[in-house]
Amino acid sequence: MSEKKAGMEEKIWIKAGLTDSEYELLTKHMGREPNTVELALYAQMWSEHCGYTHTRPLFKHFLTTGPRIVQGPGENAGIVDIDDDEVITFKLESHNHPSAIAPFQGAATGVGGIIRDILAMGAYPIASLNSLHFGHPGEKGHTRWLISEVIHGIGEYGNCVGVPTVGGEVRFSNAYKGNPLVNAMCVGFMKKSEIKKAIATGVGNSLMIVGNLTGRDGMGGASFASKDLEEENDEDRGAIQVGDPFMEKLLIEACLEVFEEDYVVGVQDMGAAGILSSSVETASKAGNGVEIDVALVPKREEAMRPEEVMISESQERMLLIVKKGMEDKVNKIFHKWDLHAVVIGHVTEDGIYRVLEDGVTVGEVPVWSLMDAPTYILDAVEPPHLKETMAFKNEQVTQPSDLNEVLVRLLGAPDICSKEWVYRQYDHRVQMNTVVKPGSDAAILRIKGRDKGIGITMDSNGRYCYLNPRRGAQSIVAESARNQVVSGAEPIAITDGLNFGNPEKPEVYYQLEQSIIGISEACRALDTPVIGGNASLYNQTPEFGSIYPTPIIGMTGLVKSLDHVMTMEFKNEGDFVILIGETKEELGASEYLDVIHNLVSGDVPELDLALERKAQDYVLDIIRQGLVKSAHDLGDGGLAVALAESCIAGELGANVSLDLDMRADALLFGESQTRFLLSADETSTDKIVELAAQQGLEAAVIGKVTQLQNIIIHNMDEKLIDISVGNCQEAFATGFDKLMKTDS
Amino acid sequence: MNWGVLLFPGSNCAEDCFHAVDKILGKPVKYLWHKDTDLGDVDAIIIPGGFSYGDHLRPGAIAHLSPAMTAVKEFASNGGLVIGVCNGFQILTESRMLPGSLLQNRGLKFLCQDQSLKVDNSDTPFTSEYDSGDVVVFPIAHNEGNYYAAPDTIAEMEANGQILFRYCSPEGEVSEETNPNGSINSIAGIINRTGNVVGMMPHPERSADGVLGLSDGKGVFVSMLNHLEAQNDS
Repeated sequence: MSEKKAGMEEKIWIKAGLTDSEYELLTKHMGREPNTVELALYAQMWSEHCGYTHTRPLFKHFLTTGPRIVQGPGENAGIVDIDDDEVITFKLESHNHPSAIAPFQGAATGVGGIIRDILAMGAYPIASLNSLHFGHPGEKGHTRWLISEVIHGIGEYGNCVGVPTVGGEVRFSNAYKGNPLVNAMCVGFMKKSEIKKAIATGVGNSLMIVGNLTGRDGMGGASFASKDLEEENDEDRGAIQVGDPFMEKLLIEACLEVFEEDYVVGVQDMGAAGILSSSVETASKAGNGVEIDVALVPKREEAMRPEEVMISESQERMLLIVKKGMEDKVNKIFHKWDLHAVVIGHVTEDGIYRVLEDGVTVGEVPVWSLMDAPTYILDAVEPPHLKETMAFKNEQVTQPSDLNEVLVRLLGAPDICSKEWVYRQYDHRVQMNTVVKPGSDAAILRIKGRDKGIGITMDSNGRYCYLNPRRGAQSIVAESARNQVVSGAEPIAITDGLNFGNPEKPEVYYQLEQSIIGISEACRALDTPVIGGNASLYNQTPEFGSIYPTPIIGMTGLVKSLDHVMTMEFKNEGDFVILIGETKEELGASEYLDVIHNLVSGDVPELDLALERKAQDYVLDIIRQGLVKSAHDLGDGGLAVALAESCIAGELGANVSLDLDMRADALLFGESQTRFLLSADETSTDKIVELAAQQGLEAAVIGKVTQLQNIIIHNMDEKLIDISVGNCQEAFATGFDKLMKTDS
Repeated sequence: MNWGVLLFPGSNCAEDCFHAVDKILGKPVKYLWHKDTDLGDVDAIIIPGGFSYGDHLRPGAIAHLSPAMTAVKEFASNGGLVIGVCNGFQILTESRMLPGSLLQNRGLKFLCQDQSLKVDNSDTPFTSEYDSGDVVVFPIAHNEGNYYAAPDTIAEMEANGQILFRYCSPEGEVSEETNPNGSINSIAGIINRTGNVVGMMPHPERSADGVLGLSDGKGVFVSMLNHLEAQNDS
């Protein structure tokens, strides 16, 4: 779309973010030229953020249905069945650009926004997670300020609103230095009968706005999110919203009280493009029109123009489609919570989106045309760096002589070290459902009154996707599912956050397309449909270029009985340590290469999705049978790091021996996929090995859990690692704090 | 025997306290609304944690002016049992039903962790299930939990046995290293002079349901229940 950059600043539609051809198309739809109000409507609805102009054609790859899928993509959030006529709903959303400029408010409102998506489904929000990506924390200044402010913003909002922040991830690479990623996920719980939809049915029914007043904050946020972050973007500051978690808490309570009655036919969160997008989407679903009078909208600023009211992204607002005659009853409940509920318009039958000001029409366009954003299939070209990185050979790096030191450095590395510094700032226990806390493979929440729970994870690996977008994306889905399985949960479904650079660049579009294909393939193999998601493109800055392609996978799983809940820490001295899966001589794309050799290169480890599925089914089965005492996924840092983590968490040691003919660094730190580290007592160990053999899976009894002393690893009678658990613990526990205090 | 959980706009631990009484203790419990002036027939009142009125102005500063708090004061002056947890503790100090105040944590950050506490006085209606010197684990989750009172007030409270819980190490050692928020004398929970109003930053309700891995907090609710039942019998 070179026309966008043709420098035709005088054209109002270019300034609004539309191209010449888009302008031509909307003029055709309308049969005339739009006025400024109408132009603003199209500019927002046809942005990537609202209209998914670049990503929609790629979504066709996704599997979106399955036996547990109650609601796939298309609503505020997807819904999955967790038995007993109960469901959970979940979604993730990015708030990258706002967080880059105003990290505290950007992150806080990201949390608030996704909570409202869950609320709009009729559910009680029961958990928040977030996936954060920053530049390297060892660098003083801006990056460290971003880290502190984002974490503070998430904490302030989540803690006050009373939704526990139970997990997620914080990852670092200078690929995110100019453009951090802040993706927030929320999970809600409800009975199947309580599900609400975002639909404006019933001609004559009222549109009521509830919650906060409308101001000029967040003006044009959707289109702001749909272009590159510029250096001099002070003028975009108006696109940052300000959050009020107290208001959100009241909104949750009041909405859920209203939902208990039969007053409401549809609900929609006011997120990107505010009143406009929420009302268009509900009308479009019902095949109806709507009429909204901006003069009726309660405002906190004077002299707002009609289009400003329509696209404002003021936070903590919801749109309710209320049955005619029930408006006073709805208002009464909101009033109890010291909130207002105001009628701003009604549902019409003509299919027209009509904006009025004091009863005078100031804009009218067909509803369908606003929802019919043009889509673009762009040129994809393999990024040139792949030629070099794919040619990487293990021989290019020399194995360090002191492997103990390597292990300690990895345990203290930003992506691996304990993030307690982060999550102790989040209330992760409120609502009293948190069975397994942050810092584990998956967060586990119990469902009150039942012997069951849910597993929740958020995972990504930008480096993997940079080095092999397709297999990298597959690996993230596989890792998410492994994290569920080792926690005793059966993976159900995913939501995906597609964080990429500017898709108009062919190499970025290639990364986007290949990643989506990879996610799709893994989801089919592992039977975890995609039930919703979010796309954040244009994550690049002139100074630092494009971010790593970073699809983020939010996954939920079902823990069928709380007896199945499993954790990573070793439990008893004398237990056997078992390694499931094959260790290959793979160093490519590893944390080890990055941290120790300062090298982001090589191919992502091999991944056989059919084998992955088989191994996961097997591990979940032996956990459910009660044979396993601890289970941990092998991920960043490979076998040695996983072993150390199980020792540190369990305050025990381990002595293991392997018999593999390969480089010691590949054996210890390589990231071969489809591997699990288990511990079990003697009788169960025999059973575990026997069952693996029946499945044709590799299960090696590699050693024993010892008292709290050392971690010892031998290979073919050579001692590779012998280090005290205390040293490992120290590096792991203090790594993040040290990084944040380093003066460099 | 009825329990009441006082609900302010922004209370977010009300349901947790309700759950502890309803499901763990198995006793009748109802919500009390902040605008009510008559609290009805209740034998014990829990003021839950959260962010009443969004912590605007100062935690607890607005809540203590609500109509229900006037009724709570009257209930307490008649000897009724009142326990304020976290924000509930802040409301009780703001309303002067308990001495001192809660400042921002020494580390200037919100702090959520499982915290070891030493029971300092087990001879109260809220702690009789414990022995003095017991080490229990309750979660903490607060930004303003740094207890402060004037030196002579502290001396008087110490002398009267008004300190119920102190922050400590898992082994029971009380020191500045094990003090998470800078509270004076590592104070985590206190009782008023007449022995019927308690405020504490740690959350006993979050430590009452064993399925979540902690169960020490149940003792606070059982102690209160035993006291109420003994009162009823006599």
